Amino acid sequence: MRAKRRARDEWIHWARKKPTQALTSLVGLFLIVYLLLPVWHWAVTDANFLGSDRSACVGGGACWVFVRERFHQFLFGFYPADAYWRPLLTVAIGALSIGLLFVSRLGVLRLLIFVALPFIAWLILEGSLLGLPPVATDQWGGLLLTLIISVTGIAVSLPLGIFLALGRRSRLPLIRWLSVAFIELWRGVPLITVLFMASVMLPFFMPLGVEVDKLLRVLIGVTLFTSAYMAEVVRGGLQSIAKGQYEAAAALNLTSFQTMRLVILPQALRKVIPGIVNTFIGLFKDTSLVLIVGMFDLLGMVQTASTDPEWLGYSLEGYIFAGAMFWIFCFAMSRYSLRLERQLAYSSVERKQLT
Amino acid sequence: MKSFWLGMCGLLSFSSLSVARADTLGEVKKRGFLKCGVSQGLAGFSAPDKGGLWQGIDVDLCRAVAAAVLGDATKVKYSPLSAKERLTALQSGEIDVLSRNTTWTFQRDTQLGVDFAGVIYYDGQGFMVPKKLGVKAAKELGGASVCVQLGTTTELNLADFFRSQNLTYKLVTFEKNDEVVAAYDAGRCDVISADRSGLFADRSAKLKKPDDHVILPEIISKEPLGPVVRHGDNRWGDIVRWSLYALLEAEELKVDSKNIEANKKSNNPAIRRLLGVEGELGKNLGLNTNWAASIIQQVGNYQQIFDRNLGKDSPLKIERGQNALWNAGGLHYPMPFR
Amino acid sequence: MTRQKTSIRGYLWQGLILGLVLLGIGAIVHNTVANLSARGIASGFSFLSRPAGFDIGFSLIPFGEGSTFLDAFAVGLCNTLLVAVLGIIGASVLGLIVALLRLAPHPLLRLIGGTYVEIVRNIPLLLHLFFWYFAVLRQLPSPRQSLSLGPDIFLNIRGLYLPFPADHSALWWLLGALILGLWVGHWARRKALRQQELEGRLPRWQSLPFVLPLLFPLITLLLPIWSLSRPELQGFNFVGGLQLVPELVALVVALSFYTAAFIGEIIRAGILAVAPGQREAAQALGLSSFDTLRLIILPQALRVILPPLTSQYLNVTKNSSLAAAIAFPDLVLVFAGTALNVTGQAVEIMALTMAVYLLISLLISFAMHVFQKQVLHYEG
Repeated sequence: MRAKRRARDEWIHWARKKPTQALTSLVGLFLIVYLLLPVWHWAVTDANFLGSDRSACVGGGACWVFVRERFHQFLFGFYPADAYWRPLLTVAIGALSIGLLFVSRLGVLRLLIFVALPFIAWLILEGSLLGLPPVATDQWGGLLLTLIISVTGIAVSLPLGIFLALGRRSRLPLIRWLSVAFIELWRGVPLITVLFMASVMLPFFMPLGVEVDKLLRVLIGVTLFTSAYMAEVVRGGLQSIAKGQYEAAAALNLTSFQTMRLVILPQALRKVIPGIVNTFIGLFKDTSLVLIVGMFDLLGMVQTASTDPEWLGYSLEGYIFAGAMFWIFCFAMSRYSLRLERQLAYSSVERKQLT
Repeated sequence: MKSFWLGMCGLLSFSSLSVARADTLGEVKKRGFLKCGVSQGLAGFSAPDKGGLWQGIDVDLCRAVAAAVLGDATKVKYSPLSAKERLTALQSGEIDVLSRNTTWTFQRDTQLGVDFAGVIYYDGQGFMVPKKLGVKAAKELGGASVCVQLGTTTELNLADFFRSQNLTYKLVTFEKNDEVVAAYDAGRCDVISADRSGLFADRSAKLKKPDDHVILPEIISKEPLGPVVRHGDNRWGDIVRWSLYALLEAEELKVDSKNIEANKKSNNPAIRRLLGVEGELGKNLGLNTNWAASIIQQVGNYQQIFDRNLGKDSPLKIERGQNALWNAGGLHYPMPFR
Repeated sequence: MTRQKTSIRGYLWQGLILGLVLLGIGAIVHNTVANLSARGIASGFSFLSRPAGFDIGFSLIPFGEGSTFLDAFAVGLCNTLLVAVLGIIGASVLGLIVALLRLAPHPLLRLIGGTYVEIVRNIPLLLHLFFWYFAVLRQLPSPRQSLSLGPDIFLNIRGLYLPFPADHSALWWLLGALILGLWVGHWARRKALRQQELEGRLPRWQSLPFVLPLLFPLITLLLPIWSLSRPELQGFNFVGGLQLVPELVALVVALSFYTAAFIGEIIRAGILAVAPGQREAAQALGLSSFDTLRLIILPQALRVILPPLTSQYLNVTKNSSLAAAIAFPDLVLVFAGTALNVTGQAVEIMALTMAVYLLISLLISFAMHVFQKQVLHYEG
């Protein structure tokens, strides 16, 4: 209540101090609202929300019936409807294990749980090893697939990225050189060519007769690609660790492995959490590219659904829905990463003041 | 899902460096289902129906091969492929047979590591234009923008056609057939060029106002469409080829899915051989003696397949024309079963 | 722990890793060769000199009858570079505008800038592309109902038609003159500064270095090479002039608007990173606000801006490959698409394509590195 009043006072104060600015702002806002009015009419007042086929869409407004009818497909792809509890359970487990990342008492275990997440997800979703009716990976789709690819990409590329970052700072020239080559190679090519390679060329690299699931191939491509970016993020964290930390660890007679595990990495990783979240946001958006190699993520599902002859002409509604979904996820994550950044900056200021 | 783990092992260890001999038949039998590459949606050839079941003449070939090899036409996993991906998917072993309105050409047969197992549909490339343009013949298309699907023989034939006519044109390509049709419908191009059967299918199924468009009479290319297998596995190639011939032979002998039981008692030796009542043709292919019988029982003969997917019982209503049997003025000529 | 011990262990480690890497590469090569030969797939790069036999919808260099796969590769590469260059220019200009909005004194402008950034950067680029291509450019009228945007400029669903020099070599003259002007201008500027150091003030021709890069191209306009070809409606389409196909327009616009959100934030952060005391000190010295920006703020801000800006430019270049989604014939679509499909030589073609992108990325990194050194050295 008090905060509200204070904010109001501030507004009044501003309006008194800069009347022209306040006036132009008001006029400008009105203009913007006026210009956006047709959009509002199209999207809400003239739009159709109820019904089950295109005959329900009358008038010039948006046809949200299309999105409603295909909602399940947009979320789960062609996953069998009677097994929707499996993706839901997977997402719940995923959220839980990501939440566990912040329970510091668990130590390294929480990272292991996070890295194991893709395998748990696969067990539940595919199901044959748990005695459930198997669901082939080509039936996974929609938002589910977007989440699978992005979370797997991050979970597996995190340890890979740490190794690469350490390799890039290694004293051994060969290891350093190989790490640099690997990182720059992947960072220099577009994700599309990586996906092409994964879907077209990877089978040639396998021994004859060995077949690799298409989703797995795409995941391998995405993971290798992301790990190069992850390595650079982690490297930034490693570089920010003061030399004194290494010296202190050496003074305590820690081996180099212990120094890394107990002193350097915990500090460095904490510092790069915002960077990791930003990499995740980038990957989350980039997963939409898998539609170019014929997989049906959220965007791919929307694109496919809008070429259905029964719903021709309503693709814009579908794209708006996909855009809104992506936006909600990415915006929430970017806010979160911003808060983390502020917290980190704050705590380092605090620490400086203490010493 | 064994392939998932196999792949993991193969990837992580690279342990098995030896090259196994290609034995598609053995792999399919062990796996228990056939992996068949189809289109991403072309009515009459391969397209999922409302219930998500694949339908079409190309799909029926997959089912025929599954019936011959596994005795069950439903044991097929369909991989929808874009024109661009299809041959690499076959080369790399992602699918066992490609049945995706693919044109048999010299280049593909000799250069790409694939073999064509026959022709299931004789097609030819044509043009569709909006009626209001008033175009009556392909010769009048100079300067037009032409929409085609990327990575097809259509693209190459088009270049040849306009060059031979000394005409210019603007090429607009898209990866998916749906995108080509949508672009044409929106006016991005004046003409759409594709195999004529595909044009008929697209006009009736995908255009907002089918009656406003006309398919020009010219046929500018030969497009023998057929199933494709990997080069080097002759046994598997034989199986696909003779499964196709079995469909045609059944039509020639007037055996279909309805009268097959009665025909098993027929005293025509050709029918007896085809249905496995006499002789052991199936053995030579590594299959059961009743392989052709299960094709005809579960999938039908060529006429039944044609009628329900493309012909008189389908919305496309395409004439048999060149696709009639040789003894009815067409080009289909099954090799003798003996 | 003695030194020798670590180094022996080091050698062991390196040997082990090298062995594993070589084994991995060896296995991949072995498998690939075995796979290709087992399936009778042609290999090698000889296909590059064979005639391609297909056409390309948009090309900067002549392509047609008898052109080879190598020509197709060149066309794709040129188109990729065109998109990248236009995208970089567009994104930089828009990004600067976004940054200015974000830093504007007026709260409404700040609000607009902030909203733009938050909306745009949280939505995948592919969706931006679909929006511009399917939702915006597909709504344009047919050629007969073209919008006329000025003399000889037409816009319709087939693209934007502009008058263009009939003889393309005119463009090379223009580009050459621009480079020459920049080079001579750069040299003159150095000379002027040296004179300032010696004599305490700039020579009278001090503005010349800034005029030359404009003057030289203007001179080429006098040459008799500028007969314009104008677009005219003939039959189905406009003929003559320059046609910018909607695929290209959508791609460049989407890349520019998307990347501008990131570049805007980078520029804003760079300018904010300059301590406020610097501006105050400059004003105390009596510098005009333009000189403050040019001499005090920008050089310091550029130091912060350039490294992340480089990676955004790299992103634009790599993201130009999204052309494949809307069928603009870039390197990926023409070469890794059509050519791959016709020849079936996936390994060679993908390797070549990826190598080219890698090379472009390294070149841009290198160029920005040199530029950065120049700027920092020059001003500091």
